[in-house]
Amino acid sequence: MVIHTAVRTGASLPDRPYGQLECEHVDVYYGSFRAVTDVSLPFGIHEVTALIGPSGCGKSTLLRSLNRMNDLIDGARVDGRVTFMGEDIYGKRVDAIEVRRRIGMVFQKPNPFPKSIYDNIAYGPRVNGMRVDDMGDLVEEALTKAALWDEVKDKLKQSALGLSGGQQQRLCIARTIAVKPDVILMDEPCSALDPIATAKIEDLMHELRDEYTIVIVTHNMQQAARVADRTAFFTAQVDETSGDRTGVLVEFGKTAQIFENPQDQRTEDYISGRFG
Amino acid sequence: MATYGIGRVVERTLEGRARGGEHSLRPLLFLGALWFCLFFALLFLVVLVATTLLDGAARLDLRLFTEFPASAPERAGARPAILGSLWVILATAIMAIPLGIAAAVHLEEFSNQKNWFNRFIEVNIQNLAAIPSIVYGMLTLSALALLGIANKNMVWVGALALAMLILPVIIIATREALRAVPLEIRQGSLALGATPLQTTLRNTLPAAIPGIATGTILALSRALGEAAPLLLLGGLVYLTFDPNGFASGYTTMPIQIFNWTGRPQDGFHELAAATSILLLVLLVAMNAVAIVIRNKFQKRW
Amino acid sequence: MTTTAFRGQLEGRPRPAEAAVRLLFRVAAAATVVITIGIVLALVIPSIGFFAEVPIVEFLFGTRWAPRFADASFGVLPLVTATLWTTLIALLFAVPLGLGAAVLLSEYAHWRVRKVLKPVLEVLAGIPTVVYGYFAVQFIQATVLKDWLQLQTGSFSVLAAGFVMGVMIIPTIASISEDALSAVPNALRQGSAALGANRMQTTLRVIFPAAISGIVAAVILGVSRAVGETMIVALAAGQQARLVAGPLEAGQTMTAFIAQAALGDSVVGSLEYDTLFAVGLLLFIITLAVNFVSISIVRRVRKAY
Repeated sequence: MVIHTAVRTGASLPDRPYGQLECEHVDVYYGSFRAVTDVSLPFGIHEVTALIGPSGCGKSTLLRSLNRMNDLIDGARVDGRVTFMGEDIYGKRVDAIEVRRRIGMVFQKPNPFPKSIYDNIAYGPRVNGMRVDDMGDLVEEALTKAALWDEVKDKLKQSALGLSGGQQQRLCIARTIAVKPDVILMDEPCSALDPIATAKIEDLMHELRDEYTIVIVTHNMQQAARVADRTAFFTAQVDETSGDRTGVLVEFGKTAQIFENPQDQRTEDYISGRFG
Repeated sequence: MATYGIGRVVERTLEGRARGGEHSLRPLLFLGALWFCLFFALLFLVVLVATTLLDGAARLDLRLFTEFPASAPERAGARPAILGSLWVILATAIMAIPLGIAAAVHLEEFSNQKNWFNRFIEVNIQNLAAIPSIVYGMLTLSALALLGIANKNMVWVGALALAMLILPVIIIATREALRAVPLEIRQGSLALGATPLQTTLRNTLPAAIPGIATGTILALSRALGEAAPLLLLGGLVYLTFDPNGFASGYTTMPIQIFNWTGRPQDGFHELAAATSILLLVLLVAMNAVAIVIRNKFQKRW
Repeated sequence: MTTTAFRGQLEGRPRPAEAAVRLLFRVAAAATVVITIGIVLALVIPSIGFFAEVPIVEFLFGTRWAPRFADASFGVLPLVTATLWTTLIALLFAVPLGLGAAVLLSEYAHWRVRKVLKPVLEVLAGIPTVVYGYFAVQFIQATVLKDWLQLQTGSFSVLAAGFVMGVMIIPTIASISEDALSAVPNALRQGSAALGANRMQTTLRVIFPAAISGIVAAVILGVSRAVGETMIVALAAGQQARLVAGPLEAGQTMTAFIAQAALGDSVVGSLEYDTLFAVGLLLFIITLAVNFVSISIVRRVRKAY
């Protein structure tokens, strides 16, 4: 299985990532149900970290706890610490809105606003009260970074809902870039897209890595192998008495190592397709 | 030929003419009765419109718009009632729409459904929607007595009663429109660092506008045809001037129709019919606008 | 990049405008409760004055309603009988016709047919009640009942008012019953059909019983609308308060009395004024009770499937 062609050579990566965003013993609960338990994980600055594992292993749940999107769900609770630049984002005086300004998110299904392409991009800077000298420039910059500018530059005033699925997803990435976050979280961003659109988004992730810290949840192992510098493998632990499935972190390392030389039997089984 | 006989029986059974089949007598009578029910409603509608049109055709002319009510039917018109209706609906819209949308936004976007007070508000709105319209007139009457306002015949007073009457309708329609906006739109906005209020005002609410507009127009059309609460609020007056403001005296088309219908002379009945036609045309137009908006913006996600 | 330099960057700014606007929204929602409280107080306070002068037993069981006469009498039964007559007649027409339309739309009609026919019912629901009232007194009473059928009746009758009111509430009954019928799972229809039942049998023996609570709720809501309707009865049922003994008689309903009494200029606080609210309170209690029954039934139906 040739899977490491696009992986950055391990040599340019430090052995231990400099965690711009970091989980320390994180548990995520929905009410009394523990969805994820005891995850400690650094997300290296300007690296792409992939979270992989079978369905129901809590990857998306963990991702949503990284910018407090879980706050919107009734009964969701996070124990342990999630730190951004050393600050606990669940700290008492911390404002979830400030957190989300710095840690953006791209969702599974493209969710452009029912507005023009231009207004989709300008929305974030406007609501954040960013000082923008020329909104047109900012829109162009964001769309260019998201590799969408050439396709939409002549129809900025048209509804974003008229774009194709892949274009919509790149628009959502551009929209996120426009608020100048430090981290971009991506929750299976390609699962609703065709292979060509997927390839474009993956290319984009390589470009974006130079400026942003990226965390991506994916079901697709090849995708993780193609885009991620480091990979964290999760699995679901089934409680024998209650039958509850709780997500646990099995192994974390450079992507090449995870795929070529997994240390844990469960990782190896999953990678080689014997499980999940 | 035994086989032939059996074949015939089977054939007949499958054709359903046998007792209990889809095309036997009783199911067909049943289906006929069902169609009659719908046909009856349709027939009633046609007869109502036709007779009203026949009664009022003679007076569907400019005089209806230019003349004031008079003791002689041939010199009478519905001018103040038409203008009064427009003023009252305008005032009703100004009072009911912002309040209704604000309440719906609170209930749909910000309220914690587990809170007993919010649940109480929901049950309460359902109840308000089913209270007889005349009771809203009585409420307004009492409120005026409490405030010591003796002159009930003012546009804003009638509009206040109608606004309270249609408030639950607007709230329910707005909530439905907000609920139709996908959760992902709100999440997308929040993930960009927008506050919940920014998300609502700049994203969710604008996306829900077509649904809100449809529901609001239908609610206003109900207010336009309503007369009962206004009867209690001095709406039935002999007006000899154009209503010209929110504190102006007024009468409305439905009340004018009520008044003329109760007179003995046929000339007034013609006027009542003509005004009814005008009212129906206005309502059909409002409903058409609502339907166009609904169809044009339906299913964008 | 030092973490100390970053400290505090994630802290929230106070957002007074945001809090203020959200408070406004909350106040708007609470306003609906204020309206309810207002209605209760508006009806109860004058009624207390009324019942201080008129014994409640005389009000509820008296058979003569003559609040404006010199020898005033406050027995509300005449108004109640007129309301009962008009409501019952309305239901007599609206329940079978409304249910029939609902069954046709839910069980038989192709979706295209439904798309054409449902708006017809919606139009029926959108006609102003005063126009219905005009039609009831001018056409149904004067032309159909008197001229065509040659019935012994005056200028007004509870039959004409009740019949037209029945047509008015057909859409209410039809649309809620149709929701209830449509909510019955298709598995029941297929199960019944697989046993060889035709559509009529399936509808009457399987679908109807399964949807019965929703249908009852629809009928109850129709009752509530009929009891509270004012303009049709004020125009077509007549304005004399007397015990109604038959469908061709005229009679003043509770709502018609309120409308008529309010036209006169009664002094705030006078017995005449308070009478209005005592009748209003009775009307309110009846419709409220009916609504509560309906809401609780609808809620049970929603849980069923």
